[in-house]
Amino acid sequence: MAIVDYTATELLERMDSRELTSREITAAYLAQIERYHGEVNALVRWDAEDAMRTAEAIDARREGGEPVGVLAGVPVVVKDNLCTSDHVTSCASKMLANYLSPYDATVIKRLKAADAVILGKGNMDEFAMGASTETSAFGPTHNPWKLGYIPGGSSGGSAAAVASAMAPLSLGSDTGGSIRQPSAHCGVVGLKPTYGRVSRYGLIAFGSSLDCIGPMGRTAEDVARVMSVLAGRDPRDATSIAGPVPRYEESCREPLDGVRLGVIDEQFGEGIDDEVADKVQTAIRQFEALGATVHHISLPHIRYAIAAYYIIAPSEASSNLARFDGAHYGYRAKDISNDEKDGPLVAMYRKTRQEGFGEEVKRRIMLGTYSLSAGYYDAYYLRALKIRRLIAQDFADAYKTVDFLIGPVTPTPAFEIGEKMEDPLAMYLGDSYTVGANLAGLPALSLPCGLTTAGLPVAVQLQGPALSEEGLLQLACAFQQESDWHLSRPELIKPKDQNG
Amino acid sequence: MNDLTPYTTIIGLEVHVQLSTRSKLFCRCENRYGAEPNTLTCPVCAGLPGALPVMNRKAYELSVRAALGLHCEIPLFTKWDRKNYFYADLPKGFQTSQFDLPLSQHGYLDISDPKGKFSDKRIGIIRAHLEEDAGKSLHDEVARKADSRIDLNRCGTPLLEIVSEPDLRSPEEAGRYLSELKLLLEYLEVSDCNMQEGSLRVDANINLHLRVDGEFKATPIVEVKNMNSFRAVQRALAYEASRQYDQWQESGRCLGDPGVTKETRGWDDDAGVSRSQRSKEESSDYRYFPEPDLPPVVITEAEVATHRLALGELPAALRTRLVQEYQLPEVDVDVLVNQGRALVEYFLLLAGAINDGKIASNWIQQDVMRYLSEAGVTIDDYPVTADQLGDLIANVLAKKLSTSRGREVLAQMVSAGETLEAAMQSLGIVEVDSAATEQLCRELLEANPKVVADIKEGKIKAVGALVGQAKQQNPNVQPQEVRDLCLRLAGEM
Repeated sequence: MAIVDYTATELLERMDSRELTSREITAAYLAQIERYHGEVNALVRWDAEDAMRTAEAIDARREGGEPVGVLAGVPVVVKDNLCTSDHVTSCASKMLANYLSPYDATVIKRLKAADAVILGKGNMDEFAMGASTETSAFGPTHNPWKLGYIPGGSSGGSAAAVASAMAPLSLGSDTGGSIRQPSAHCGVVGLKPTYGRVSRYGLIAFGSSLDCIGPMGRTAEDVARVMSVLAGRDPRDATSIAGPVPRYEESCREPLDGVRLGVIDEQFGEGIDDEVADKVQTAIRQFEALGATVHHISLPHIRYAIAAYYIIAPSEASSNLARFDGAHYGYRAKDISNDEKDGPLVAMYRKTRQEGFGEEVKRRIMLGTYSLSAGYYDAYYLRALKIRRLIAQDFADAYKTVDFLIGPVTPTPAFEIGEKMEDPLAMYLGDSYTVGANLAGLPALSLPCGLTTAGLPVAVQLQGPALSEEGLLQLACAFQQESDWHLSRPELIKPKDQNG
Repeated sequence: MNDLTPYTTIIGLEVHVQLSTRSKLFCRCENRYGAEPNTLTCPVCAGLPGALPVMNRKAYELSVRAALGLHCEIPLFTKWDRKNYFYADLPKGFQTSQFDLPLSQHGYLDISDPKGKFSDKRIGIIRAHLEEDAGKSLHDEVARKADSRIDLNRCGTPLLEIVSEPDLRSPEEAGRYLSELKLLLEYLEVSDCNMQEGSLRVDANINLHLRVDGEFKATPIVEVKNMNSFRAVQRALAYEASRQYDQWQESGRCLGDPGVTKETRGWDDDAGVSRSQRSKEESSDYRYFPEPDLPPVVITEAEVATHRLALGELPAALRTRLVQEYQLPEVDVDVLVNQGRALVEYFLLLAGAINDGKIASNWIQQDVMRYLSEAGVTIDDYPVTADQLGDLIANVLAKKLSTSRGREVLAQMVSAGETLEAAMQSLGIVEVDSAATEQLCRELLEANPKVVADIKEGKIKAVGALVGQAKQQNPNVQPQEVRDLCLRLAGEM
């Protein structure tokens, strides 16, 4: 087996037993990046020398018998909206194309403290606004399972990097499905934690009340390992949750026992692709075979989730992105005319933001600005907040009778690049099954469960009550022990002699 | 409306006070004035991408303390909101403030004028809420082409905004409200209220109410900014009232008329005029919404009660007590209390030491405060303790020193930092025993038969010449004692 075919857990075992070094592992993944970058475009930048230096230093420490972190020597790709003090953090935007943060995000600090080797930055939709990684200022990422198809988004680069074996692990962020949906489209496991379980400090904000950072990998156990490193209270994030952090990678191996799964009936109605529905139903039966009982659940207000989400997220974004004005850092437009009416400062703001932001970002800033404007606030933002509370209540009611919810992640498999760029509403509707967890602040996991006849991955979504990450990972782990979807690899990266 | 003006002036004040916390409101940067530009900043207060605010609870607690001093209600739940607007010294593009659920509301501040220019009145406080200060823009106004400079040190300084009801009716009332508010906040030790350094800033809203042929009229409301002292506030308000009256007579435009918007004017204290600042056609839309990065703030009834108990004696209560306990005139009490808590404590010690509030008040107002004012120092730096001054005054009361000699001794104690005894020694003051005084008086009477004759004829004033001569011969004699003795001895002659 090639190095890049191992899971992170297997790599750690082989480094512990001195069969492999981080140097060898890191070099193997960097070679994979070099080989497929042109086709996949999963990373917006990487630093091979820096990664190799880190790997060698960790090897030396391990060799010298010094203590090393729990991810020591394992390469990780991080989404480009996570601030790193040693490399540019651009949010895949022209606005921040050369922006170097003076500090590391808390999750980056934690990865570094765990001795992970950060390879580079994952491509994404600009400022995480999108579901296809097509809005990146650095060009779209291609789905490794089928070039020419979207990898999902906004964490499309992070998902595609794991799917194309450019890294065993990655970090994404999820505001309305941005970890789970690309994980589903790329056939990897992605976990969106409970809101506040992972510090947001250093995550360039999109929708602050919705944003969550989470891990992506090939197996639930690998994802659990990263989750143990990321989770926990951060004094720099007032919304982060206190309380003990489990050893997720240990508890996820515990057997399932009498788990009650709720199937959300509303999610198998209109708009879902037949093949996706079929694969998800098969997965549900497999969970039954594992001992789970299945119950039918209704979330009466979930059909308003997309409407509420596309008010709340853009409203917060319109405020969060106000700081990108050219005054202090980032892109500043040149040749600013002295605007007669508003003066040179406003003229500079206007031209900088016109040129620095892409179309989708500007669309959402306008949507949000409108929703918060005097005279519209009550009709839009306030109503959206009310719906948000009703949806959270729906989930709370559901979890009185079942332990977890199960259903699809996306209504359709990945689509062709360019297919929905002219129809933002169709793109937004793709988030129908994922935004509920963000609005309610609850954890959810995307788990690969099949391939379509066209060879595109399909995933099942597991959702749970607050701080139920352990249970979600346990379910996913149990499923993966009885199935091998997570072991299948895209044709693209299979050794050519095996392709026949 | 009064006899002098045909209108009533309606004034409401918005006061911004920087709180004296060690660190800023949402980060751990030092909260300090006067540092090199952009040296007291971090990713949070500089608004860098990814940075998040964490509330400084101390700032909230100081705000609660201030609000309780203003008799405000303290809701047990308060939250943060974002006020969105673009400006170069606002690096996040929004100010974290409080919109619909401020930390306090419905309070009041009582004002009075011991000189009686207006009658005692209660000024309503609509609300006091906490927000972060913005940075400072330094414009090169001479060379218009030069770049503006931005100093972000002030960004994130905790700022308490105190909004009064439009209850003030004259520039004098506004001035007194401000000095009383400043005094209260100083007593509460929540702010240094230094206007020069911008830790207390005032905006005023003003318009006029008129009655024309029995019909009520109101002039458009104007917000006046850029007033850098309380005196400037009073001048600006007086100017604005008469300007509005003139403008109303000219145009007849009233509040609520079509096209009438709220105007903002900047006060130019040197020129003594206000100028219209680029008036906005419509009021700004700040698109307030709840700050998602900060959890709401909660406080318990018990915590509020603890804060209330810890307020200490505040100026209004202190004035009442000093008038009652020491029978001091209100004007004197006002002077003492307005000097601040430390001076009042000095007074209380001194009054206790000599068991006389009136005399303590006189010495403090005439001698101590003159020195403080001339030397530009506070009572904390005054070199003579209340006990030492008490001993000195006791000597004067016991007629061991004349009042004027006492003053000289005090001046010596202050300037040379000497004890009472040392100062008296330095000035050559020794007690003259009564036998020596009597001997001196007899000699003077014998040398001045004309004076003796005058006294015998009832011209008592003539004795003054002898007192003067006695002081020349021996500066340590007690003038009163010499006077009394000479009169008695002359009568016996």
